[in-house]
Amino acid sequence: MNLNLKIWRQKSKKDKGKIVDYPIANVSEHMSFLEMLDVLNEELVSKGEEPVAFDHDCREGIFGMCSLYINGEAHGPDRGVTTCQLHMRKFKDGDTIFIEPFRATALPVIKDLIVDRSSMDRIQQAGGFVSVNTSGNTQDANAIPIPKENADLAFDAATCIGCGACIATCKNSSAMLYVSAKVSQFSLLPQGQVEAKDRVINMVNKMDEEGFGNCTNTGACEVECPKGISLDNISRMNREFLSANFGLKK
Amino acid sequence: MNKLTFSLNYRKPKSEYKRSEELMICIRYYHKDSENSKARIIKKSTGVKCRLKDWDTDWHKNSNRYPVKSSDPDHERKNKLLIEKVEAFKIYELPAQQKKQDFSTLLKSKVPDGELKNKWTTYKDKINLVNPANKRNIDVIVVGTGLAGGSASATLAELGYNVKTFCYQDSPRRAHSIAAQGGINAAKNYQGDGDSTYRLFYDTVKGGDYRSREANVYRLAEVSANIIDQCVAQGVPFARDYGGLLDNRSFGGVLVSRTFYAKGQTGQQLLLGAYSAMNRQIARGKISMHNRHEMLDVVIVDGKARGIIARNLVTGEIERHSAHAVVLASGGYGNVYFLSTNAMGSNVTAAWKAHKKGAFFANPCYTQIHPTCIPRSGDYQSKLTLMSESLRNDGRIWVPKHMKDVEGLRSGKIKAVDIAEEDRDYYLERRYPAFGNLVPRDVASRAAKERCDAGYGVNQTGEAVFLDFSSAIARYGKEQALLKGLDVNNTSVVTNLGTEIVRSKYGNLFQMYEKIVDENPYKTPMMIYPAVHYTMGGIWVDYNLMTTVPGLYAIGEANFSDHGANRLGASALMQGLADGYFVLPYTIGDYLADDIRTGPISIDSKEFDEAEKLVKERINKLINNNGKNSVDYYHKILGKIMWDKCGMARTEQGLKEAIAEIKQLREDFWNNVSVPGQENEMNTELEKAGRVADFLELGELFAKDALERNESCGGHFREEYSTPEGEAKRDDEKYTYVSAWEYTGQPSDAKLHKEELLFENIEVKVRSYK
Ligand SMILES: Cc1cc2nc3c(=O)[nH]c(=O)nc-3n(C[C@H](O)[C@H](O)[C@H](O)COP(=O)(O)OP(=O)(O)OC[C@H]3O[C@@H](n4cnc5c(N)ncnc54)[C@H](O)[C@@H]3O)c2cc1C
Ligand code: SF4
Ligand code: FES
Repeated sequence: MNLNLKIWRQKSKKDKGKIVDYPIANVSEHMSFLEMLDVLNEELVSKGEEPVAFDHDCREGIFGMCSLYINGEAHGPDRGVTTCQLHMRKFKDGDTIFIEPFRATALPVIKDLIVDRSSMDRIQQAGGFVSVNTSGNTQDANAIPIPKENADLAFDAATCIGCGACIATCKNSSAMLYVSAKVSQFSLLPQGQVEAKDRVINMVNKMDEEGFGNCTNTGACEVECPKGISLDNISRMNREFLSANFGLKK
Repeated sequence: MNKLTFSLNYRKPKSEYKRSEELMICIRYYHKDSENSKARIIKKSTGVKCRLKDWDTDWHKNSNRYPVKSSDPDHERKNKLLIEKVEAFKIYELPAQQKKQDFSTLLKSKVPDGELKNKWTTYKDKINLVNPANKRNIDVIVVGTGLAGGSASATLAELGYNVKTFCYQDSPRRAHSIAAQGGINAAKNYQGDGDSTYRLFYDTVKGGDYRSREANVYRLAEVSANIIDQCVAQGVPFARDYGGLLDNRSFGGVLVSRTFYAKGQTGQQLLLGAYSAMNRQIARGKISMHNRHEMLDVVIVDGKARGIIARNLVTGEIERHSAHAVVLASGGYGNVYFLSTNAMGSNVTAAWKAHKKGAFFANPCYTQIHPTCIPRSGDYQSKLTLMSESLRNDGRIWVPKHMKDVEGLRSGKIKAVDIAEEDRDYYLERRYPAFGNLVPRDVASRAAKERCDAGYGVNQTGEAVFLDFSSAIARYGKEQALLKGLDVNNTSVVTNLGTEIVRSKYGNLFQMYEKIVDENPYKTPMMIYPAVHYTMGGIWVDYNLMTTVPGLYAIGEANFSDHGANRLGASALMQGLADGYFVLPYTIGDYLADDIRTGPISIDSKEFDEAEKLVKERINKLINNNGKNSVDYYHKILGKIMWDKCGMARTEQGLKEAIAEIKQLREDFWNNVSVPGQENEMNTELEKAGRVADFLELGELFAKDALERNESCGGHFREEYSTPEGEAKRDDEKYTYVSAWEYTGQPSDAKLHKEELLFENIEVKVRSYK
């Protein structure tokens, strides 16, 4: 198929950036979206032009490295996948495709389609851990049984890949879904209880400090999340937050 | 001391045997090559067995006594046989052994003395330590944030060192380890199926085709249980059973269930555990994290590793970083094949630069080709996707028995489900009845290649076999129907119930498959084919995980140490975390104890100047080359040479060609590669160019190593050295050693050093899974 790509090009952080047109021919429907961009880049390089910079690495939907806002949707039109798992069979001959970076104040563009997500790391540093030493003086792993249901829910929350799609999708650029995933994981497990209060307060404060917006419950994040992180996590975090601040019962 | 004696072949501590159990009697031959060298032991089975209670422990104290006591009804015949065996051993074995190999004296494995099971504990008790106040004055650089680098950074920081950590991704959480799917091994014996430290050790050495260092492997097995405790304490949500206890599954090459998992995302959960431990230390200011930085050289001052040169991938700036020791945890080099299951950015650069600065590179030709990956679909293909080995727990692998069915499949006239049960060739179950679909990876991969080469490949390219879940779905479905009191003869009920169980076990893998291939694997069998997955070879390290450069360490997949010529599934994660959490943080103290008075290492020295200058020159050369071919153009050609000539089956002829072709390709690369953009900005093509340039050197050494090893072992299969049935033929007499290569200017001129491998606690046998 032949496609008309409209891609955001921006030389550096300071550059203003603009959309540039790139027609591309003979795209196979079996290609992944990023392979289609590889082919485009190969063409650009052979013409001596600079290729389009985009983040990617695993191409399996697990690192959370790839991003891209495709036709107005984070990770494109397919559901439950990252951009690298999106295949060209979701498009048809003659389509125009807009390709832009994830946009949010807290995620500034570095170049073309690459954004700086270090603010997301800093929220984790504010409390996304269990304070246990790593040198091996721990009790036997089966000493505390954990109900399967809780273990499974904690696992589901823990599968967040930190891609930032929820933030890019949210009209307020809120990081609630992302943060609640980590808070939920630990609030469902006995290991995380001791510091539960500090964790939620510190992480939420950090989120505000980094310039992420407030959550107004639009639910758009859940729809675009490639890993199916559920809004229940946000409710769970809100309960944690309230109980930490006002001593309310969870 | 040259001594011949008999002993029983204990497989576990003596006290765990019953008095009535029968054990094999072995001949042990102790000898020294020279007055001062360590005693070597050759152990050989006599084929004669003896019950523990009939064994005369003191037989050697008196020349009239024999090993087998008269309480054994057959003692006379047995003792006579033993004497005969000794005579035969003297006549046939001794002269052969005298043709001694020229083992290197430069490679000091530093394996501590003592009994295998006590080595690590005794060693740890005696090792030099740095006191907490002094640790504050010592800096350590860690390159890599995968399971190895992440866990090492966290623990070193926790111990009090100042840690500077580097990764090329935008966050430490995105290291390649996160892609690991299936699980992590640990000798916990929670299932009560007879697992033990010794068994894990034994399985790993055997799985590695007797090409790994005993003491390192034993230590790995020993600390494995602790890893699980540690991770659970960190909040890693492993799978649990309905009683709330940890669940296990089986992996290839073993007969117990010792693999812990978190659905198909075990690596992710473990890495996020290490990442959170790192975050805690970053918050405390003990780790300074450098994301989007690529290490481009090691700096050696007075013979010791004292820092690195790194490029800031956002600004393009070339930076100097100093430390008292440098740890490489930069992962494997499978991407030398262009197509592999590794992340696109995985590279050999860090390891290769270290090699050029004096670190010996060990066994580069040991590569693991994983049997279950999604077959390639076209020329634009950028990488291959793994379907976890855990699928072989429930999936059965087959191709059609008859050529007409193969043709029907290719022309689209029939589908897999149309082929009757009796017309299917479950070739693994046929060839290896004992292990069936769970044979080790190298064996499974070669078997798939054998069938496809014979023309039975089931897709257009002829490079695919089926992985079928219908039996498992039916089996689980029946079980569930029985439990729920439903009709076990109602196929649709059974299929639905079975599908749900399979979904709960492998849901994300099935989804991944469906997204890529656009077929529903619950209904039609998956198509799979082997792909490059893991590299057992890597930087040579001693027992302390130190390379041949003092102060330079290598951990995780970047080193060569624990997996011999073939790695068992779920053991890489175990090794990464063992190295990072529990081994390196101790052993590095032994070296750093001498550095407590050194003070900060300056970056204003001629060594840093020199290293930085070379890095900049190379980058300028790439940027100003103005050639006509893209970087990927070269990478793809290199990949094809590697796959065709250094892949699943290798020949002398092919390897010689590979060496010549790679050399030529490298020349062409430096003359004709084109790298657009500038060096002082973010430039993804420049990053790729540097990595491919290093692969073009490594590839040549790889082929040279494969050419030198005239035997087949593990992942290294030389067609000349195989049986008529296509099984590998190892040559223990000539090749029981580690090949460690010293860089001397050109990859093909590298100098070989051999580290002898001694097996004192395991009987070296032909690896059989039949
Ligand atoms: C798809 C897949 C599935 C797997 N599944 C399993 C499994 O189920 N069980 C199992 O045991 N093993 C599995 N493995 C193997 C296992 O994942 C790896 O061997 C292991 O994770 C390697 O960890 P590591 O810490 O050594 O390196 P990696 O995780 O590869 O990390 C390398 C780090 O080094 C950094 N780095 C590299 N080069 C540079 C440089 N020049 N400068 C700066 N930083 C650099 C990277 O940024 C990264 O942080 C799997 C592998 C693959 C590919
Ligand atoms: S919650 Fe979902 S969308 Fe948001 S960062 Fe995590 S995986 Fe991405
Ligand atoms: S490239 Fe890894 S998640 Fe898409």
